[in-house]
Amino acid sequence: MAGTSPRVEARRHVSAGAQVGRVALISIAVAFLGLLLIAPLGAVLAQAFEKGVEVYLQGFSNPDTLAAIRLTLLTAAIVVPANTIFGICAAWAIAKFEFRGKSLLITLIDLPFAVSPVIAGLVLIMLFGAHGWFGPWLQERDIAIVFAVPGIVLATIFVTFPYVARELIPLMQQQGSEEEEAAITLGAGAWVTFLRVTLPKIRWGLLYGIILCNARAMGEFGAVSVVSGHIRGMTTTMPLQVEILYNEYNFVAAFAVASLLAMLAIVTLVIKTFVEWRADRRTG
Amino acid sequence: MTASRFRKPSILPGFGLTLGFTTFFLSAIVLLPLAALVFKTASLTWSQFLAILLDPRAVASYRLSFGAALLAAMINAVFGFVVAWALVRYEFPGRRLVDALIDLPFALPTAVSGIALATVFSPTGWLGQKLATTGVQVAYTWIGVVVALILIGLPFVVRSVQPALVEAQRDLEEAAETLGAGPFYVFRRIILPAVFPALLTGFTLALARGIGEYGSVVFISGNLPFKTEITPLLIVIKLEQFDYNGAAALGFIMLSMSFVMLFAINLVQAWGRRGQVAAGR
Repeated sequence: MAGTSPRVEARRHVSAGAQVGRVALISIAVAFLGLLLIAPLGAVLAQAFEKGVEVYLQGFSNPDTLAAIRLTLLTAAIVVPANTIFGICAAWAIAKFEFRGKSLLITLIDLPFAVSPVIAGLVLIMLFGAHGWFGPWLQERDIAIVFAVPGIVLATIFVTFPYVARELIPLMQQQGSEEEEAAITLGAGAWVTFLRVTLPKIRWGLLYGIILCNARAMGEFGAVSVVSGHIRGMTTTMPLQVEILYNEYNFVAAFAVASLLAMLAIVTLVIKTFVEWRADRRTG
Repeated sequence: MTASRFRKPSILPGFGLTLGFTTFFLSAIVLLPLAALVFKTASLTWSQFLAILLDPRAVASYRLSFGAALLAAMINAVFGFVVAWALVRYEFPGRRLVDALIDLPFALPTAVSGIALATVFSPTGWLGQKLATTGVQVAYTWIGVVVALILIGLPFVVRSVQPALVEAQRDLEEAAETLGAGPFYVFRRIILPAVFPALLTGFTLALARGIGEYGSVVFISGNLPFKTEITPLLIVIKLEQFDYNGAAALGFIMLSMSFVMLFAINLVQAWGRRGQVAAGR
Protein backbone atom coordinates (compact mmCIF):
# COMPACT_ATOMS: atom_id res chain seq x y z
CA MET A 1 0.00 0.00 0.00
CA ALA A 2 2.79 2.38 0.89
CA GLY A 3 4.25 1.91 -2.62
CA THR A 4 1.14 3.12 -4.44
CA SER A 5 0.66 6.43 -2.66
CA PRO A 6 3.36 8.46 -4.48
CA ARG A 7 1.98 7.34 -7.83
CA VAL A 8 -1.53 8.48 -6.92
CA GLU A 9 -0.06 11.74 -5.71
CA ALA A 10 1.77 12.21 -8.99
CA ARG A 11 -1.31 11.55 -11.06
CA ARG A 12 -3.33 14.06 -9.10
CA HIS A 13 -0.59 16.62 -9.67
CA VAL A 14 -0.63 16.03 -13.45
CA SER A 15 -4.39 16.23 -13.70
CA ALA A 16 -4.45 19.53 -11.75
CA GLY A 17 -1.96 20.97 -14.23
CA ALA A 18 -3.94 19.51 -17.11
CA GLN A 19 -7.07 21.09 -15.70
CA VAL A 20 -5.51 24.56 -15.80
CA GLY A 21 -4.27 23.91 -19.35
CA ARG A 22 -7.69 22.66 -20.37
CA VAL A 23 -9.49 25.78 -19.15
CA ALA A 24 -6.83 28.05 -20.66
CA LEU A 25 -6.90 26.39 -24.08
CA ILE A 26 -10.70 26.28 -24.27
CA SER A 27 -10.82 29.96 -23.29
CA ILE A 28 -8.27 30.92 -25.95
CA ALA A 29 -10.14 28.91 -28.59
CA VAL A 30 -13.55 30.35 -27.72
CA ALA A 31 -12.23 33.92 -27.40
CA PHE A 32 -10.46 33.67 -30.77
CA LEU A 33 -13.56 32.33 -32.49
CA GLY A 34 -15.81 34.84 -30.76
CA LEU A 35 -13.66 37.71 -31.95
CA LEU A 36 -13.27 36.37 -35.46
CA LEU A 37 -16.62 34.72 -36.20
CA ILE A 38 -19.31 35.84 -33.78
CA ALA A 39 -18.47 39.56 -33.65
CA PRO A 40 -18.76 40.07 -37.44
CA LEU A 41 -21.91 37.96 -37.65
CA GLY A 42 -23.43 39.93 -34.78
CA ALA A 43 -22.39 43.17 -36.47
CA VAL A 44 -24.30 42.21 -39.64
CA LEU A 45 -27.51 41.63 -37.69
CA ALA A 46 -27.03 44.65 -35.40
CA GLN A 47 -26.48 46.97 -38.36
CA ALA A 48 -29.37 45.52 -40.34
CA PHE A 49 -31.84 46.00 -37.48
CA GLU A 50 -30.25 49.23 -36.15
CA LYS A 51 -33.25 51.35 -37.07
CA GLY A 52 -35.93 48.77 -36.40
CA VAL A 53 -37.71 46.04 -38.32
CA GLU A 54 -39.63 48.44 -40.56
CA VAL A 55 -36.53 50.14 -41.91
CA TYR A 56 -34.98 46.68 -42.29
CA LEU A 57 -37.89 45.54 -44.44
CA GLN A 58 -37.83 48.79 -46.43
CA GLY A 59 -34.34 47.79 -47.49
CA PHE A 60 -35.97 45.17 -49.70
CA SER A 61 -38.42 47.55 -51.39
CA ASN A 62 -35.68 48.83 -53.69
CA PRO A 63 -36.42 47.35 -57.17
CA ASP A 64 -32.69 46.92 -57.86
CA THR A 65 -32.34 44.84 -54.71
CA LEU A 66 -35.28 42.67 -55.74
CA ALA A 67 -33.75 42.25 -59.20
CA ALA A 68 -30.46 41.26 -57.55
CA ILE A 69 -32.24 38.61 -55.46
CA ARG A 70 -33.94 37.27 -58.60
CA LEU A 71 -30.65 37.14 -60.50
CA THR A 72 -28.93 35.32 -57.64
CA LEU A 73 -31.72 32.72 -57.54
CA LEU A 74 -31.61 32.33 -61.33
CA THR A 75 -27.83 31.90 -61.30
CA ALA A 76 -27.99 29.26 -58.57
CA ALA A 77 -30.83 27.50 -60.41
CA ILE A 78 -28.57 27.05 -63.45
CA VAL A 79 -25.21 26.55 -61.74
CA VAL A 80 -26.15 24.03 -59.06
CA PRO A 81 -27.84 21.49 -61.38
CA ALA A 82 -25.03 21.86 -63.94
CA ASN A 83 -22.32 21.18 -61.38
CA THR A 84 -24.37 18.40 -59.78
CA ILE A 85 -24.67 16.53 -63.09
CA PHE A 86 -20.98 17.13 -63.73
CA GLY A 87 -20.05 15.98 -60.21
CA ILE A 88 -22.01 12.75 -60.52
CA CYS A 89 -20.52 11.99 -63.95
CA ALA A 90 -16.99 12.74 -62.79
CA ALA A 91 -17.38 10.66 -59.63
CA TRP A 92 -18.83 7.72 -61.58
CA ALA A 93 -16.00 7.75 -64.13
CA ILE A 94 -13.29 8.18 -61.50
CA ALA A 95 -14.61 5.90 -58.74
CA LYS A 96 -15.96 3.02 -60.84
CA PHE A 97 -13.21 2.65 -63.44
CA GLU A 98 -9.45 2.37 -63.60
CA PHE A 99 -7.92 4.37 -66.44
CA ARG A 100 -4.76 6.25 -67.35
CA GLY A 101 -4.49 9.88 -66.36
CA LYS A 102 -6.94 9.57 -63.50
CA SER A 103 -4.88 11.45 -60.92
CA LEU A 104 -4.28 14.25 -63.44
CA LEU A 105 -8.02 14.47 -63.98
CA ILE A 106 -8.65 14.72 -60.23
CA THR A 107 -6.03 17.48 -59.90
CA LEU A 108 -7.60 19.42 -62.79
CA ILE A 109 -11.06 19.13 -61.22
CA ASP A 110 -9.63 20.67 -58.02
CA LEU A 111 -7.97 23.49 -59.94
CA PRO A 112 -10.73 26.11 -59.47
CA PHE A 113 -10.23 25.82 -55.68
CA ALA A 114 -6.65 26.99 -56.07
CA VAL A 115 -7.35 29.83 -58.49
CA SER A 116 -8.23 33.31 -57.26
CA PRO A 117 -11.86 34.26 -57.96
CA VAL A 118 -10.60 37.36 -59.74
CA ILE A 119 -8.70 35.11 -62.16
CA ALA A 120 -11.91 33.14 -62.78
CA GLY A 121 -13.54 36.35 -63.97
CA LEU A 122 -10.45 37.55 -65.84
CA VAL A 123 -10.14 34.41 -67.97
CA LEU A 124 -13.75 34.79 -69.14
CA ILE A 125 -12.97 38.34 -70.27
CA MET A 126 -9.92 37.02 -72.14
CA LEU A 127 -12.20 34.50 -73.83
CA PHE A 128 -15.46 36.34 -74.46
CA GLY A 129 -14.58 40.03 -73.97
CA ALA A 130 -14.36 42.50 -76.87
CA HIS A 131 -10.63 41.75 -77.27
CA GLY A 132 -10.97 38.08 -76.37
CA TRP A 133 -10.73 34.96 -78.56
CA PHE A 134 -14.44 34.80 -79.33
CA GLY A 135 -15.08 38.53 -78.84
CA PRO A 136 -15.35 39.62 -82.51
CA TRP A 137 -17.37 36.51 -83.46
CA LEU A 138 -19.83 37.16 -80.64
CA GLN A 139 -20.07 40.86 -81.45
CA GLU A 140 -20.98 40.14 -85.07
CA ARG A 141 -23.85 38.00 -83.86
CA ASP A 142 -24.82 40.46 -81.14
CA ILE A 143 -24.39 37.93 -78.33
CA ALA A 144 -23.34 39.33 -74.95
CA ILE A 145 -21.63 36.99 -72.51
CA VAL A 146 -19.29 39.22 -70.54
CA PHE A 147 -21.03 42.07 -68.65
CA ALA A 148 -24.27 40.10 -69.00
CA VAL A 149 -26.04 37.22 -67.29
CA PRO A 150 -24.28 34.37 -69.20
CA GLY A 151 -20.90 35.62 -67.98
CA ILE A 152 -22.14 35.68 -64.39
CA VAL A 153 -23.40 32.11 -64.75
CA LEU A 154 -20.15 30.89 -66.33
CA ALA A 155 -17.99 32.58 -63.67
CA THR A 156 -20.13 31.03 -60.94
CA ILE A 157 -19.90 27.57 -62.53
CA PHE A 158 -16.11 28.00 -62.62
CA VAL A 159 -15.70 28.83 -58.92
CA THR A 160 -18.18 26.18 -57.69
CA PHE A 161 -16.97 23.56 -60.15
CA PRO A 162 -15.31 21.08 -57.74
CA TYR A 163 -17.81 21.07 -54.86
CA VAL A 164 -20.10 18.15 -55.76
CA ALA A 165 -17.37 16.08 -57.43
CA ARG A 166 -15.05 16.58 -54.45
CA GLU A 167 -17.67 15.19 -52.04
CA LEU A 168 -18.68 12.24 -54.21
CA ILE A 169 -15.31 10.94 -55.47
CA PRO A 170 -13.88 9.77 -52.10
CA LEU A 171 -17.29 8.54 -50.95
CA MET A 172 -17.87 6.39 -54.04
CA GLN A 173 -14.29 5.13 -54.07
CA GLN A 174 -14.67 4.00 -50.48
CA GLN A 175 -18.02 2.31 -51.15
CA GLY A 176 -16.68 0.17 -54.01
CA SER A 177 -18.66 -1.26 -56.91
CA GLU A 178 -19.74 -4.76 -55.80
CA GLU A 179 -23.41 -3.86 -55.44
CA GLU A 180 -23.52 -2.13 -58.82
CA GLU A 181 -21.78 -5.12 -60.43
CA ALA A 182 -24.31 -7.46 -58.83
CA ALA A 183 -27.21 -5.37 -60.14
CA ILE A 184 -25.79 -5.33 -63.68
CA THR A 185 -25.05 -9.07 -63.58
CA LEU A 186 -28.66 -9.70 -62.51
CA GLY A 187 -29.83 -7.82 -65.58
CA ALA A 188 -30.60 -4.33 -64.31
CA GLY A 189 -30.04 -1.54 -66.82
CA ALA A 190 -27.49 1.21 -66.30
CA TRP A 191 -30.06 3.82 -65.35
CA VAL A 192 -31.94 1.54 -62.94
CA THR A 193 -28.64 0.54 -61.32
CA PHE A 194 -27.71 4.16 -60.76
CA LEU A 195 -31.11 5.22 -59.42
CA ARG A 196 -31.81 2.18 -57.24
CA VAL A 197 -28.34 1.11 -56.11
CA THR A 198 -25.89 4.01 -56.29
CA LEU A 199 -28.08 7.01 -55.55
CA PRO A 200 -29.39 5.72 -52.18
CA LYS A 201 -25.80 5.03 -51.10
CA ILE A 202 -24.49 8.48 -51.97
CA ARG A 203 -27.51 10.65 -51.20
CA TRP A 204 -26.15 12.32 -48.03
CA GLY A 205 -22.79 13.08 -49.58
CA LEU A 206 -24.58 14.38 -52.66
CA LEU A 207 -26.84 16.62 -50.58
CA TYR A 208 -23.79 17.94 -48.72
CA GLY A 209 -22.00 18.77 -51.97
CA ILE A 210 -25.12 20.43 -53.39
CA ILE A 211 -25.68 22.73 -50.38
CA LEU A 212 -22.03 23.78 -50.32
CA CYS A 213 -22.14 24.43 -54.06
CA ASN A 214 -25.35 26.42 -53.61
CA ALA A 215 -23.98 28.54 -50.76
CA ARG A 216 -20.89 29.43 -52.75
CA ALA A 217 -22.91 30.03 -55.95
CA MET A 218 -25.25 32.48 -54.23
CA GLY A 219 -22.45 34.21 -52.36
CA GLU A 220 -19.72 34.47 -54.98
CA PHE A 221 -18.35 37.99 -55.18
CA GLY A 222 -14.90 38.31 -56.80
CA ALA A 223 -15.44 36.33 -60.00
CA VAL A 224 -18.92 37.72 -60.59
CA SER A 225 -17.76 41.25 -59.83
CA VAL A 226 -15.18 41.09 -62.64
CA VAL A 227 -17.59 39.90 -65.35
CA SER A 228 -20.80 41.58 -64.24
CA GLY A 229 -20.26 45.14 -65.49
CA HIS A 230 -22.35 46.29 -62.50
CA ILE A 231 -25.42 47.31 -64.49
CA ARG A 232 -27.98 48.07 -61.80
CA GLY A 233 -31.09 45.97 -61.78
CA MET A 234 -29.64 43.93 -64.65
CA THR A 235 -26.32 42.30 -63.83
CA THR A 236 -25.95 42.75 -60.09
CA THR A 237 -26.29 39.71 -57.85
CA MET A 238 -26.97 39.94 -54.12
CA PRO A 239 -23.31 40.22 -53.04
CA LEU A 240 -22.73 42.93 -55.65
CA GLN A 241 -25.83 44.76 -54.47
CA VAL A 242 -24.41 44.63 -50.93
CA GLU A 243 -21.27 46.31 -52.24
CA ILE A 244 -23.19 49.01 -54.14
CA LEU A 245 -25.40 49.87 -51.15
CA TYR A 246 -22.43 49.82 -48.77
CA ASN A 247 -20.40 52.17 -50.98
CA GLU A 248 -23.38 54.51 -51.11
CA TYR A 249 -23.39 54.61 -47.29
CA ASN A 250 -26.84 53.02 -47.32
CA PHE A 251 -25.73 50.79 -44.47
CA VAL A 252 -29.11 49.53 -43.26
CA ALA A 253 -30.07 48.33 -46.74
CA ALA A 254 -26.59 46.89 -47.36
CA PHE A 255 -26.67 44.93 -44.12
CA ALA A 256 -30.29 43.89 -44.72
CA VAL A 257 -29.25 42.15 -47.95
CA ALA A 258 -26.12 40.87 -46.18
CA SER A 259 -28.29 39.44 -43.40
CA LEU A 260 -30.16 37.32 -45.98
CA LEU A 261 -26.82 35.95 -47.20
CA ALA A 262 -25.73 35.37 -43.59
CA MET A 263 -28.93 33.41 -42.97
CA LEU A 264 -28.20 31.36 -46.08
CA ALA A 265 -24.78 30.56 -44.58
CA ILE A 266 -26.30 29.56 -41.25
CA VAL A 267 -28.93 27.35 -42.90
CA THR A 268 -26.13 25.74 -44.92
CA LEU A 269 -24.19 25.01 -41.72
CA VAL A 270 -27.28 23.55 -40.04
CA ILE A 271 -27.96 21.21 -42.99
CA LYS A 272 -24.27 20.30 -43.10
CA THR A 273 -24.24 19.43 -39.39
CA PHE A 274 -27.40 17.36 -39.85
CA VAL A 275 -25.95 15.49 -42.83
CA GLU A 276 -22.74 14.74 -40.93
CA TRP A 277 -24.74 13.52 -37.97
CA ARG A 278 -26.73 11.18 -40.28
CA ALA A 279 -23.53 9.92 -41.91
CA ASP A 280 -21.95 9.29 -38.49
CA ARG A 281 -24.96 7.31 -37.35
CA ARG A 282 -24.89 5.15 -40.46
CA THR A 283 -21.24 4.25 -40.19
CA GLY A 284 -20.77 4.40 -36.42
CA MET B 1 -9.71 -2.29 -79.13
CA THR B 2 -7.49 0.47 -77.80
CA ALA B 3 -10.00 1.18 -75.05
CA SER B 4 -9.05 -1.99 -73.18
CA ARG B 5 -5.45 -0.84 -72.99
CA PHE B 6 -6.49 2.63 -71.87
CA ARG B 7 -8.61 1.27 -69.02
CA LYS B 8 -9.05 -1.93 -67.08
CA PRO B 9 -12.14 -3.89 -68.20
CA SER B 10 -15.27 -3.60 -66.06
CA ILE B 11 -18.83 -4.80 -66.49
CA LEU B 12 -20.22 -1.47 -65.27
CA PRO B 13 -21.73 0.74 -67.96
CA GLY B 14 -21.34 4.41 -68.65
CA PHE B 15 -17.57 4.83 -68.84
CA GLY B 16 -17.53 6.55 -72.21
CA LEU B 17 -20.50 8.77 -71.44
CA THR B 18 -19.43 9.94 -67.98
CA LEU B 19 -15.75 10.38 -68.78
CA GLY B 20 -16.64 12.09 -72.03
CA PHE B 21 -18.96 14.56 -70.36
CA THR B 22 -16.49 15.16 -67.50
CA THR B 23 -13.65 15.93 -69.91
CA PHE B 24 -15.86 18.11 -72.10
CA PHE B 25 -17.27 20.15 -69.21
CA LEU B 26 -13.85 20.50 -67.57
CA SER B 27 -12.32 21.69 -70.84
CA ALA B 28 -15.11 24.13 -71.66
CA ILE B 29 -15.51 25.67 -68.21
CA VAL B 30 -12.01 25.58 -66.75
CA LEU B 31 -9.25 24.67 -69.20
CA LEU B 32 -10.27 26.70 -72.27
CA PRO B 33 -10.64 29.98 -70.30
CA LEU B 34 -7.33 29.38 -68.50
CA ALA B 35 -5.69 28.70 -71.87
CA ALA B 36 -7.07 32.00 -73.17
CA LEU B 37 -5.30 33.83 -70.34
CA VAL B 38 -2.01 32.03 -71.00
CA PHE B 39 -2.18 32.79 -74.74
CA LYS B 40 -3.07 36.42 -74.12
CA THR B 41 0.00 36.74 -71.90
CA ALA B 42 2.14 34.92 -74.46
CA SER B 43 1.21 37.56 -77.05
CA LEU B 44 3.11 40.16 -75.01
CA THR B 45 6.78 40.78 -75.69
CA TRP B 46 9.29 40.00 -72.95
CA SER B 47 9.95 43.66 -72.26
CA GLN B 48 6.21 44.44 -72.04
CA PHE B 49 5.70 41.49 -69.71
CA LEU B 50 8.61 42.42 -67.45
CA ALA B 51 7.59 46.08 -67.37
CA ILE B 52 4.13 45.12 -66.05
CA LEU B 53 5.56 42.55 -63.69
CA LEU B 54 8.24 44.75 -62.13
CA ASP B 55 6.16 47.92 -61.97
CA PRO B 56 6.68 49.27 -58.42
CA ARG B 57 2.93 49.37 -57.77
CA ALA B 58 2.61 45.71 -58.77
CA VAL B 59 5.62 44.71 -56.67
CA ALA B 60 4.12 46.49 -53.65
CA SER B 61 0.88 44.55 -54.21
CA TYR B 62 2.70 41.18 -54.31
CA ARG B 63 4.45 42.07 -51.08
CA LEU B 64 1.14 42.81 -49.38
CA SER B 65 -0.79 39.85 -50.86
CA PHE B 66 1.91 37.33 -50.12
CA GLY B 67 3.12 38.83 -46.84
CA ALA B 68 -0.35 39.22 -45.35
CA ALA B 69 -1.37 35.71 -46.48
CA LEU B 70 1.82 34.28 -44.95
CA LEU B 71 1.33 36.09 -41.64
CA ALA B 72 -2.36 35.13 -41.51
CA ALA B 73 -1.56 31.49 -42.25
CA MET B 74 1.06 31.46 -39.47
CA ILE B 75 -1.37 32.97 -36.97
CA ASN B 76 -3.96 30.43 -38.08
CA ALA B 77 -1.48 27.59 -37.65
CA VAL B 78 -1.15 28.54 -33.97
CA PHE B 79 -4.74 29.42 -33.11
CA GLY B 80 -6.22 26.86 -35.50
CA PHE B 81 -4.23 24.21 -33.68
CA VAL B 82 -5.50 25.41 -30.30
CA VAL B 83 -9.10 25.39 -31.59
CA ALA B 84 -8.71 21.91 -33.10
CA TRP B 85 -7.12 20.69 -29.86
CA ALA B 86 -9.94 22.07 -27.73
CA LEU B 87 -12.55 20.52 -30.04
CA VAL B 88 -10.94 17.08 -30.20
CA ARG B 89 -9.53 16.63 -26.70
CA TYR B 90 -11.97 18.44 -24.45
CA GLU B 91 -15.66 18.14 -23.73
CA PHE B 92 -17.24 21.49 -22.92
CA PRO B 93 -20.70 23.03 -23.21
CA GLY B 94 -21.37 24.27 -26.74
CA ARG B 95 -18.60 22.17 -28.27
CA ARG B 96 -20.81 20.92 -31.12
CA LEU B 97 -21.97 24.46 -31.86
CA VAL B 98 -18.39 25.73 -31.97
CA ASP B 99 -17.46 22.82 -34.21
CA ALA B 100 -20.25 23.69 -36.66
CA LEU B 101 -19.29 27.39 -36.60
CA ILE B 102 -15.75 26.65 -37.80
CA ASP B 103 -17.10 26.31 -41.33
CA LEU B 104 -18.79 29.71 -41.22
CA PRO B 105 -16.06 31.40 -43.29
CA PHE B 106 -16.64 28.73 -46.00
CA ALA B 107 -20.37 29.34 -46.05
CA LEU B 108 -20.51 33.09 -45.47
CA PRO B 109 -20.22 35.09 -48.72
CA THR B 110 -16.91 36.96 -48.76
CA ALA B 111 -18.61 40.32 -49.37
CA VAL B 112 -20.62 39.82 -46.17
CA SER B 113 -17.59 38.97 -44.06
CA GLY B 114 -15.83 41.90 -45.71
CA ILE B 115 -18.37 44.56 -44.75
CA ALA B 116 -18.87 42.93 -41.34
CA LEU B 117 -15.15 43.05 -40.51
CA ALA B 118 -14.86 46.59 -41.84
CA THR B 119 -17.72 47.62 -39.53
CA VAL B 120 -16.42 45.86 -36.44
CA PHE B 121 -12.84 47.11 -36.88
CA SER B 122 -13.54 50.60 -38.22
CA PRO B 123 -12.36 53.38 -35.84
CA THR B 124 -15.98 53.79 -34.71
CA GLY B 125 -16.77 50.04 -34.57
CA TRP B 126 -17.03 47.76 -31.52
CA LEU B 127 -13.48 46.48 -31.62
CA GLY B 128 -11.97 49.33 -33.61
CA GLN B 129 -12.88 51.83 -30.86
CA LYS B 130 -11.14 49.75 -28.20
CA LEU B 131 -8.09 49.17 -30.37
CA ALA B 132 -7.92 52.88 -31.24
CA THR B 133 -7.29 53.71 -27.57
CA THR B 134 -4.16 51.53 -27.73
CA GLY B 135 -3.08 53.28 -30.93
CA VAL B 136 -3.69 50.29 -33.21
CA GLN B 137 -5.72 50.87 -36.35
CA VAL B 138 -6.89 47.73 -38.10
CA ALA B 139 -9.38 48.91 -40.72
CA TYR B 140 -7.88 50.53 -43.84
CA THR B 141 -4.35 49.36 -42.97
CA TRP B 142 -2.38 46.20 -43.78
CA ILE B 143 -3.43 44.78 -40.41
CA GLY B 144 -7.02 44.74 -41.71
CA VAL B 145 -5.90 42.65 -44.68
CA VAL B 146 -4.29 40.17 -42.27
CA VAL B 147 -7.43 40.03 -40.10
CA ALA B 148 -9.63 39.29 -43.13
CA LEU B 149 -7.25 36.54 -44.28
CA ILE B 150 -7.17 35.00 -40.79
CA LEU B 151 -10.97 34.70 -40.96
CA ILE B 152 -10.85 33.16 -44.44
CA GLY B 153 -8.04 30.71 -43.68
CA LEU B 154 -9.10 29.45 -40.24
CA PRO B 155 -11.30 26.51 -41.36
CA PHE B 156 -8.53 25.11 -43.56
CA VAL B 157 -6.17 24.70 -40.60
CA VAL B 158 -8.79 23.45 -38.12
CA ARG B 159 -10.30 20.94 -40.56
CA SER B 160 -6.87 19.61 -41.52
CA VAL B 161 -5.61 19.22 -37.96
CA GLN B 162 -8.78 17.76 -36.39
CA PRO B 163 -8.60 14.27 -38.00
CA ALA B 164 -4.86 14.05 -37.29
CA LEU B 165 -5.48 14.78 -33.61
CA VAL B 166 -8.21 12.12 -33.51
CA GLU B 167 -5.79 9.60 -35.03
CA ALA B 168 -2.85 10.56 -32.81
CA GLN B 169 -1.92 7.81 -30.37
CA ARG B 170 -2.80 9.03 -26.92
CA ASP B 171 -1.18 6.06 -25.19
CA LEU B 172 2.19 7.43 -26.31
CA GLU B 173 1.43 10.76 -24.62
CA GLU B 174 0.24 8.99 -21.49
CA ALA B 175 3.31 6.78 -21.44
CA ALA B 176 5.56 9.83 -21.73
CA GLU B 177 3.69 11.56 -18.93
CA THR B 178 3.93 8.50 -16.71
CA LEU B 179 7.68 8.43 -17.36
CA GLY B 180 7.87 11.98 -16.08
CA ALA B 181 7.83 14.09 -19.26
CA GLY B 182 6.44 17.59 -18.83
CA PRO B 183 3.57 18.86 -20.99
CA PHE B 184 5.86 20.94 -23.25
CA TYR B 185 8.19 18.03 -23.81
CA VAL B 186 5.22 15.79 -24.71
CA PHE B 187 3.92 18.48 -27.07
CA ARG B 188 7.25 19.00 -28.79
CA ARG B 189 8.34 15.38 -29.06
CA ILE B 190 5.08 13.44 -29.46
CA ILE B 191 2.09 15.58 -30.41
CA LEU B 192 3.73 17.98 -32.83
CA PRO B 193 5.49 15.31 -34.93
CA ALA B 194 2.21 13.38 -35.21
CA VAL B 195 0.10 16.32 -36.45
CA PHE B 196 2.80 18.31 -38.24
CA PRO B 197 1.99 17.07 -41.79
CA ALA B 198 -1.68 17.93 -41.26
CA LEU B 199 -0.79 21.31 -39.79
CA LEU B 200 1.47 22.05 -42.75
CA THR B 201 -1.30 21.02 -45.18
CA GLY B 202 -3.75 23.36 -43.47
CA PHE B 203 -1.16 26.14 -43.43
CA THR B 204 -0.48 25.74 -47.16
CA LEU B 205 -4.20 25.63 -48.02
CA ALA B 206 -4.82 28.78 -45.97
CA LEU B 207 -1.84 30.49 -47.60
CA ALA B 208 -3.04 29.58 -51.11
CA ARG B 209 -6.53 30.83 -50.38
CA GLY B 210 -5.19 34.01 -48.78
CA ILE B 211 -3.03 34.97 -51.76
CA GLY B 212 -6.04 34.93 -54.09
CA GLU B 213 -8.69 36.27 -51.73
CA TYR B 214 -10.57 39.35 -52.90
CA GLY B 215 -14.07 39.89 -51.51
CA SER B 216 -13.40 39.92 -47.78
CA VAL B 217 -10.26 42.05 -48.16
CA VAL B 218 -11.35 44.96 -50.37
CA PHE B 219 -13.81 46.38 -47.84
CA ILE B 220 -11.44 46.48 -44.88
CA SER B 221 -8.17 47.28 -46.68
CA GLY B 222 -8.84 50.84 -47.85
CA ASN B 223 -7.22 50.01 -51.21
CA LEU B 224 -4.48 52.65 -51.26
CA PRO B 225 -1.97 52.08 -54.08
CA PHE B 226 1.47 50.98 -52.78
CA LYS B 227 0.06 50.61 -49.26
CA THR B 228 -3.06 48.49 -48.95
CA GLU B 229 -3.68 47.32 -52.50
CA ILE B 230 -3.68 43.53 -53.00
CA THR B 231 -2.73 41.98 -56.35
CA PRO B 232 -6.26 40.70 -57.22
CA LEU B 233 -7.55 44.26 -56.73
CA LEU B 234 -4.82 45.63 -59.00
CA ILE B 235 -6.03 43.21 -61.70
CA VAL B 236 -9.59 44.49 -61.27
CA ILE B 237 -8.36 48.10 -61.51
CA LYS B 238 -6.41 47.33 -64.70
CA LEU B 239 -9.52 45.72 -66.21
CA GLU B 240 -11.59 48.78 -65.32
CA GLN B 241 -9.01 50.92 -67.14
CA PHE B 242 -9.22 48.56 -70.16
CA ASP B 243 -5.55 47.66 -69.66
CA TYR B 244 -6.07 44.05 -70.78
CA ASN B 245 -2.36 43.37 -71.26
CA GLY B 246 -1.59 44.46 -67.71
CA ALA B 247 -4.47 42.44 -66.28
CA ALA B 248 -3.46 39.35 -68.27
CA ALA B 249 0.19 39.54 -67.20
CA LEU B 250 -0.67 39.95 -63.51
CA GLY B 251 -3.34 37.25 -63.83
CA PHE B 252 -0.77 34.93 -65.37
CA ILE B 253 1.58 35.52 -62.43
CA MET B 254 -1.19 34.75 -59.95
CA LEU B 255 -2.20 31.67 -61.89
CA SER B 256 1.41 30.42 -61.88
CA MET B 257 1.49 31.06 -58.14
CA SER B 258 -1.69 28.95 -57.77
CA PHE B 259 -0.02 26.07 -59.63
CA VAL B 260 3.03 26.32 -57.38
CA MET B 261 0.78 26.26 -54.31
CA LEU B 262 -1.25 23.33 -55.67
CA PHE B 263 1.98 21.45 -56.29
CA ALA B 264 3.20 22.27 -52.77
CA ILE B 265 -0.09 21.06 -51.27
CA ASN B 266 0.11 17.76 -53.16
CA LEU B 267 3.72 17.34 -52.06
CA VAL B 268 2.90 18.02 -48.42
CA GLN B 269 -0.06 15.64 -48.51
CA ALA B 270 1.97 12.87 -50.15
CA TRP B 271 4.66 13.35 -47.52
CA GLY B 272 2.09 13.25 -44.73
CA ARG B 273 0.49 10.10 -46.11
CA ARG B 274 3.86 8.39 -46.21
CA GLY B 275 4.64 9.44 -42.65
CA GLN B 276 1.43 8.25 -41.11
CA VAL B 277 -2.25 7.75 -41.75
CA ALA B 278 -3.82 11.00 -42.80
CA ALA B 279 -6.63 9.77 -44.99
CA GLY B 280 -9.66 12.12 -45.07
CA ARG B 281 -12.84 11.67 -43.11
